Amino acid sequence: MSTETRTELIAPRRGEARPALGAPGSFRPDPRPAPLARMILAQARFETRLLLRNGEQLLLAIVIPALMLIAFSAEPIGTISGGGSRIDYYAPGVIGVAVLSTAFTSQAIATGFERRYSVLKRLGATPLPRWGLLAGKSLSILAVECVQLVLLIGIALAMGWSPHGDPLAVLLLLALGTAAFSGLALWLAGALRAEATLAVANFVFLIFIGVGGVVVPLDKFGHGAQSVLQFLPISALTDGLRDVLQHGAAMPWGPLGILAAWAVVAIAGAARFFRWE
Amino acid sequence: MQETEPAVEIAGLVKRYGEKTAVRGLDLVVDRGSLTAVLGPNGAGKTSTIECCEGYRTPDGGNVRVLGLDPVADAARLRPRIGVMLQSGGIYQSVRAMEMLRHVAGLYANPLDVDELAERLGLGSCGKTSFRRLSGGQQQRLSLALAVVGRPELVFLDEPTAGLDVQARHATWELIEQLRADGVTVVLTTHLLDEAERLADKVAIIDSGRVIAYDTPQRLADGTREQDSIRFDAPAGLDLTALSIAVAPHAKASEPVAGSYHVTGEITPDTLAATTAWCASLGLMPRNLQIEQRSLEDVFLDLTGRELR
Repeated sequence: MSTETRTELIAPRRGEARPALGAPGSFRPDPRPAPLARMILAQARFETRLLLRNGEQLLLAIVIPALMLIAFSAEPIGTISGGGSRIDYYAPGVIGVAVLSTAFTSQAIATGFERRYSVLKRLGATPLPRWGLLAGKSLSILAVECVQLVLLIGIALAMGWSPHGDPLAVLLLLALGTAAFSGLALWLAGALRAEATLAVANFVFLIFIGVGGVVVPLDKFGHGAQSVLQFLPISALTDGLRDVLQHGAAMPWGPLGILAAWAVVAIAGAARFFRWE
Repeated sequence: MQETEPAVEIAGLVKRYGEKTAVRGLDLVVDRGSLTAVLGPNGAGKTSTIECCEGYRTPDGGNVRVLGLDPVADAARLRPRIGVMLQSGGIYQSVRAMEMLRHVAGLYANPLDVDELAERLGLGSCGKTSFRRLSGGQQQRLSLALAVVGRPELVFLDEPTAGLDVQARHATWELIEQLRADGVTVVLTTHLLDEAERLADKVAIIDSGRVIAYDTPQRLADGTREQDSIRFDAPAGLDLTALSIAVAPHAKASEPVAGSYHVTGEITPDTLAATTAWCASLGLMPRNLQIEQRSLEDVFLDLTGRELR
């Protein structure tokens, strides 16, 4: 403890009013929870603020996707398929990475360490119910995704991106992708130690970027590999986004179906294996 | 709200972790508005018992009611009414001290003023410091602030003064005393016997998963008054017969070390007078005269044994 703190503790500085909490009765019990909606919003705001302040998470969520977008679209590296301009190919893939980074990697790591430091346990003793805590987390993920999308779409548009298709289909893909990745993140963070979660979450992030149709089109892989890789949630997300945004497809039922299946399995797994402590 | 029922009512609590039984048939009743200190060696079952009351753990046997509610089944109704200070952790490492306090305060409809509370606990100057950069004592005090900020009826404090320096310990004690004075029921665990003696209305000593003594600190110590003693130094080899007769029948004299005399037993004003009168009759000045009264610590050691565990 610093010297200043110690001085204040013993005697408040001369002329300063003594805190009113010294008065008898100031701790008289009056325990009442805040309204539920206010608690959930407070939790969402709180988590969003912590996440946006965290350097590593910011790197993962915003800097890496933005750099990928700029680097791949401006320079003739990487191999694109299906015609159209480079940015039309890469923008949907990078949007998929943005969702992956926030809903899966960031969330798994943050939740793993919250468990390790008993934060989830401590919040469990407040009036905020557990499902409210999860709702707050989900809202916070959506908020960060909005920031990411605004930024990445802005950059892409500035680089000459011309998206096609139905915005509703895009929103549906993003929502199902977020649900699937969130479920996987909580499953992972609930089952493993914080350090193992950190390692696995980062490893999966890199692998998914490599083989999930983000940069390298799936049809560059062998037929056998491709038939497996297309069922990854990241491939379904990037495929679906490209179908709509690049090729103007109406409703990409195949990718939506794969994402929905992942969402159901992942959320069931999280519900089954998640531990609060 | 039933104000008459006890704040905590534990009957026959059993808690197992795999092969190991941490709590084996523990009974405890804590009155509303009282301050109870739970003492016990490490591994005695203190934290397990408290965590069953907080709803973190489901009992394997017995019954726990807190404010008349089942801590697990009625968690949603109970949790807003209790304050919890965990033994360690519970706070985001990167969060700033005041940010965390403000956030938890925001989960209650009528919280305490966070600035006054922080000032009161000496956290005023470290509000912008992240949790991991706070000193151990500051982390403890922030944790205490989180437990009380929602104006709870009942607080569970798990070793609230562990690792605090003297000033911070006194500030914490004053806050806990004020909580009690304002009608908050307090249950705290501690290893500090003087803390229990100073703060508690009642002390529960837990060992091997059971309550082995539960009374006021005064009565616990009084229960073993027959082992108090008067001690003084005088020339070695004095004849003790007259002194033994003078202090009989409730005490007896001895010279365990040459030149060091003990009158052991129930020490009354008469015993003391008889002892000094015996010295006076020999024309001796008793040096280092002192009365040894058994402290809560001696009682604790007698009850729980002296071996390390």
